[in-house]
Amino acid sequence: MDRDRSSLRERHMEFLYFPGCTLNTKAQNLDEAGRGCAKVLGFELKELSNWTCCGATFPLAKDDIMALAPPARLLARAKEEGSTLTTLCSVCFNVIKRTNQLIKGDEEKREKINTFIEMNYQGDVQVLHYLEILKREVGFDTMKGALKRNLQGMKVAPFYGCMLLRPFEEMEFDDKEAPKIFEEFLDAINCEPVDFPYKIECCGAFQSVGAPEVAVECAYAILNSALRNGAEAVTTTCPLCQFNIDNMQREIHQRYNGFPGIPIIYFTQLLGVALGLPVETLEFHRNDVDPRPLLKKKGLL
Amino acid sequence: MKIEISRGKVHNAFAQKVEEISGQNLFACYQCGNCTAGCPVSFAMDLGPHQVIRYSLLGLEEEVLECNTFWMCASCLQCTSRCPKGLDIARIMEAIRLVILRRKERLDRLEVAELSDEFLERIPQIALISGFRKFTS
Ligand code: SF4
Ligand code: SF4
Ligand code: SF4
Ligand code: SF4
Repeated sequence: MDRDRSSLRERHMEFLYFPGCTLNTKAQNLDEAGRGCAKVLGFELKELSNWTCCGATFPLAKDDIMALAPPARLLARAKEEGSTLTTLCSVCFNVIKRTNQLIKGDEEKREKINTFIEMNYQGDVQVLHYLEILKREVGFDTMKGALKRNLQGMKVAPFYGCMLLRPFEEMEFDDKEAPKIFEEFLDAINCEPVDFPYKIECCGAFQSVGAPEVAVECAYAILNSALRNGAEAVTTTCPLCQFNIDNMQREIHQRYNGFPGIPIIYFTQLLGVALGLPVETLEFHRNDVDPRPLLKKKGLL
Repeated sequence: MKIEISRGKVHNAFAQKVEEISGQNLFACYQCGNCTAGCPVSFAMDLGPHQVIRYSLLGLEEEVLECNTFWMCASCLQCTSRCPKGLDIARIMEAIRLVILRRKERLDRLEVAELSDEFLERIPQIALISGFRKFTS
């Protein structure tokens, strides 16, 4: 274990970090825990200077170049400050990574975008999600060596949602129908990953604004599936997923009488618990269904 | 419903516009229904995504623009990832939204003024911003 820790320190890894607007406000629990864990694991998250919102949607119309400007601009700035850019929010990750792929592969659009943002960016920043940093750069084995609390026996359902994975060819994240990285992560922190058929389903995304009654049904299907498969908690990487399956449980309770409710915990919060971070720094008061009773029951608080 | 099929109808201006904005060839669709079967919100749609594609090619512009399918679509890309013909159906749904949102009447699907203060307090930026991107002109 000591050897692992010291080898981490020797490597001194530094990654540019794009928090995104939601992590700066409502999803501070995702952000703060992520920053705290990075410190313990010996890598530095250097916040990108001067960032803006990425737009929260990758434009699906072929002629919509305008919506590519914000993510392109922040990629171009990242290039000036480093070589690898990381995010915690799945949606930011999706928008930035897809934009990067497009700039790399489409010369005509690259020129248009560069002319518009008055920069010269070629698509050569590496974009990694925080989970990929843990797996590829830190290493799940090394992470195991740094654990301070034992989460053994805690049954957690990993909810991937859509944006980490799709489109599969561009995101290059994991298998499109049977991804494993989240399970490997849970294994590494001694949780018991719960396999459930809804792990790559959509939570309704922005329909929580457009058609909330529909988003509630999506969330219910996901949570019901996790519960049926024995989950005690669900973990997410995305503030939109989190909102839809955590906060919207209020509506689920109104519609479905016997729904027991289930805590939804950001993956960085779980990691923070496992790494022994002080619980106050993990901002559990921001989770709508309070995970602390479960953590207490497991002897972790 | 009686539908008259002609060459002109199949290559109608509406379908062409959808193809242009989405960059997808609607004729590639062979109506297997995979997209609709895997769609997490199809239960709330008037027509399945595969029907929307066929209706467009049949020149049923009004029926398509009046159905709620593309407004219900959550851009989750499940259909896109599973279409055996490689069609990006999520782009087709976006294109139809844009046919409406780009009209000069600016008929937005979502009105900020109609969202309650309590709801605005509650939702995270990410939901609002992506919602506005999808539902307003
Ligand atoms: S995707 Fe969301 S969290 Fe990320 S920057 Fe955009 S709006 Fe903010
Ligand atoms: S499940 Fe919903 S919020 Fe989560 S990534 Fe997918 S679209 Fe986004
Ligand atoms: S999955 Fe593809 S080919 Fe099948 S109906 Fe849908 S769009 Fe058509
Ligand atoms: S992208 Fe839209 S149409 Fe396709 S599966 Fe998702 S919600 Fe359904």
